[in-house]
Amino acid sequence: MTDAVLGDTLPHDVTTFDKGYLGDGHTLRSWLFTTDHKRIAILYAVTITIFFFIGGIAIALVRIELVTPAQDFVTADEYNRLFTLHGIVMVWFFLVPSIPTTFGNFLLPMMIGARDLAFPKLNLFSWYLTIIGGALTIYMLLAGGVDTGWTFYTPYSSIYSNSHVIAAAMAVFVAGFGTIATGVNFITTIHTMRAPGMTWFRLPLFVWAMYTVSVVIVLATPVLAMTLLLMTLERFFGVPIFNPNEGGDPLLFQHLFWFYSHPAVYIMILPAMGVVSEVIPCFARRRLFGYDFMVYALIAISVIGFFVWGHHMFVSGQSAYANLVFSFLSFIVAVPSAIKVFNWTATLYRGQITYESPMLYSFGFVGLFTIGGLTGLFLASIPIDIHATDTYFVIAHFHYVMVGGTVSAFFAALHFWWPKITGRMYPEAWARFAAILMFFGFNFTFFPQFIMGWAGMPRRYGSYPPEFQIYHVLSSAGAAVLAIAYLMPLAYLTWSLRWGRRAPDNPWRATGLEWQTSSPPPTHNFEKLPIVENEPYDYHPRGYVDQEHEAAGTAESPQKGGEQR
Amino acid sequence: MSRATTYSAEEAALREPWEDIARQRQAVEMGMWAFLASEILFFTGIFAGYTIYRSTYPEAFWVAGGHTSLFYGGTNTAILLVSSAAMGIVPSAARWPSLGSFARTMLWVAALLGIAFLVLKGFEYAEDFDEHLFPGPDFEIHERGAQLFFAFYWCVTAIHAIHLIIGIGLVARLAIAGTRDPRWFSQTPAVQATALYWGLVDVIWTIVFVILYLPGRGS
Repeated sequence: MTDAVLGDTLPHDVTTFDKGYLGDGHTLRSWLFTTDHKRIAILYAVTITIFFFIGGIAIALVRIELVTPAQDFVTADEYNRLFTLHGIVMVWFFLVPSIPTTFGNFLLPMMIGARDLAFPKLNLFSWYLTIIGGALTIYMLLAGGVDTGWTFYTPYSSIYSNSHVIAAAMAVFVAGFGTIATGVNFITTIHTMRAPGMTWFRLPLFVWAMYTVSVVIVLATPVLAMTLLLMTLERFFGVPIFNPNEGGDPLLFQHLFWFYSHPAVYIMILPAMGVVSEVIPCFARRRLFGYDFMVYALIAISVIGFFVWGHHMFVSGQSAYANLVFSFLSFIVAVPSAIKVFNWTATLYRGQITYESPMLYSFGFVGLFTIGGLTGLFLASIPIDIHATDTYFVIAHFHYVMVGGTVSAFFAALHFWWPKITGRMYPEAWARFAAILMFFGFNFTFFPQFIMGWAGMPRRYGSYPPEFQIYHVLSSAGAAVLAIAYLMPLAYLTWSLRWGRRAPDNPWRATGLEWQTSSPPPTHNFEKLPIVENEPYDYHPRGYVDQEHEAAGTAESPQKGGEQR
Repeated sequence: MSRATTYSAEEAALREPWEDIARQRQAVEMGMWAFLASEILFFTGIFAGYTIYRSTYPEAFWVAGGHTSLFYGGTNTAILLVSSAAMGIVPSAARWPSLGSFARTMLWVAALLGIAFLVLKGFEYAEDFDEHLFPGPDFEIHERGAQLFFAFYWCVTAIHAIHLIIGIGLVARLAIAGTRDPRWFSQTPAVQATALYWGLVDVIWTIVFVILYLPGRGS
């Protein structure tokens, strides 16, 4: 596969920026007022990259503080503001929009054979909402930050906190409506704009992931919006909503907050699952195992995900019966996730696996997501959760899901579709090195956190007893490795924009409509709108068979092949 | 109407990336319903809070409910219901070129009724302030939980009013653009979408009316 790319000897001085949608205009205006879903995807990509580094710098300072047990690098108050900034920025300005607004925006219309999203102007409008929300966040940061933690728990946030809570809450509120608009756009597009022959069960799983995630976004985000609005009104006007002095219930805030914020975990992970479901069949040259069940699993996760929020509140004093139900449902939601992990693994069986960097990232995803998911089962179990609540065990658990899972998948997608998006190949050796470095850096950072969390190290403290220092030093050292691994793609991908080899239309010999058009795609995606006649993932249906046997068509292959379909 | 004008009316209403006005209409309607689902969940957040507190403080909510103005609340409910009736005619009427100006008149009727609602709401708010019904140290009712009721009263009605202001803006925009280009008006899916949004604002209000103005009335 890479050999074919090496053989591509097109002159390097011809710029890709004159081809396809990239050639539509080079002025700032041509970008800021575009309604092309592909250009809006690029706008989003630039935006979330900036926020990824803002959130990254915040946590780098936190990790520096934690190298020594004493509170010596920043004050306790600054420490609170740093981890809050990290949480708010990473959740709402990176993870939630990450894959849907960039790759979803870019690929969804192409994958279903459409010319654009259903509402191109609304699409641009959602980016502007994200930008307004982002500007409020920057204002909040420059004004001095917020110290409530990303969860904004009342009554601290609504009454006592002496920081810029309202700016932060409004930032999330506005950006939330941007996400809702994207969700509405995706749902409508998938329902009304599929090409002839693109039936529901021929949709690539990435499209299914975008569909299910959009439904979750549309139904969960407004609840967060209302919750933060009520908290803001309480803080600004003094009307008691969650204030216990007037009979209000702070737990009501937590219920409403987690009614969004647990599904938000699925908003972050479902698109990642969609990406991995595209990459693994391609580099295993193998039809995806159990397509139908992969679809049902996505739907099941998105539905059950709405009914597990109480597991964030096991120690809050909510009813013991509620705890039982939420615990049970949290175990149940692991079943469809496990189905997906088994099916990705089964897809590899008898595959002709190659280890291009998107595949390495996807392997990283499967392994790290599995660890993150299984430790989630620890925490779904009430007695263990009581022991581990608010410790680094929880931090490690959700970072395995969100960073090991979602961010790995984000980088898998970035490398997999980079040739399509930019028309350039990235340097494969560097990319493989970065992928492996990211995997190890990630584990160096977060595995010690499982151990120290289990041993009792609580989250959100800038100082700690000296016996935890070894784990914190390991973790901070790992974070430094991870930071290098994140900076590398920024460098070599930028390099490839100018000096990378020209990408062919389908460098990975992948199935899927997006690969049938040119790289980079023309403004309306296809010269002629496609008609779909094939099932998705039309790779080798039986897996690896000896060339000779296949050519001779011998009867041996069924025994060797382990026929699936 | 001749065939040629039908074609150009459709063309006037057709937007990128659609090739077919019927499909575009279907999509806009579907997108609007998805957004309305989102809006319903938005208000569900505040209604859920209200429900929980009402079950915690049933008597305080009963007493506090008696302090709202049934006159303003009732009149405003009637106004919004009439506006919805006017709006309900619009999507069908707009499709008939001979009824286009009638449909636009109905849009203005709905918008003006919406403004009347807001004016009455303003008087009601002034009266509420005079009666010390804004939560705080001077609050009129001393029962524990009554402040919560009025916290919801102010938040829900204010958030609803913002939705209504947006609705009035959308309706006025539709009426003005429709007068400028009647052929666009006869085909554009914006008519149905605006009417759906207006309907939601009205439905939310009827729930607000029931939960904020009716407790504390009767025996």
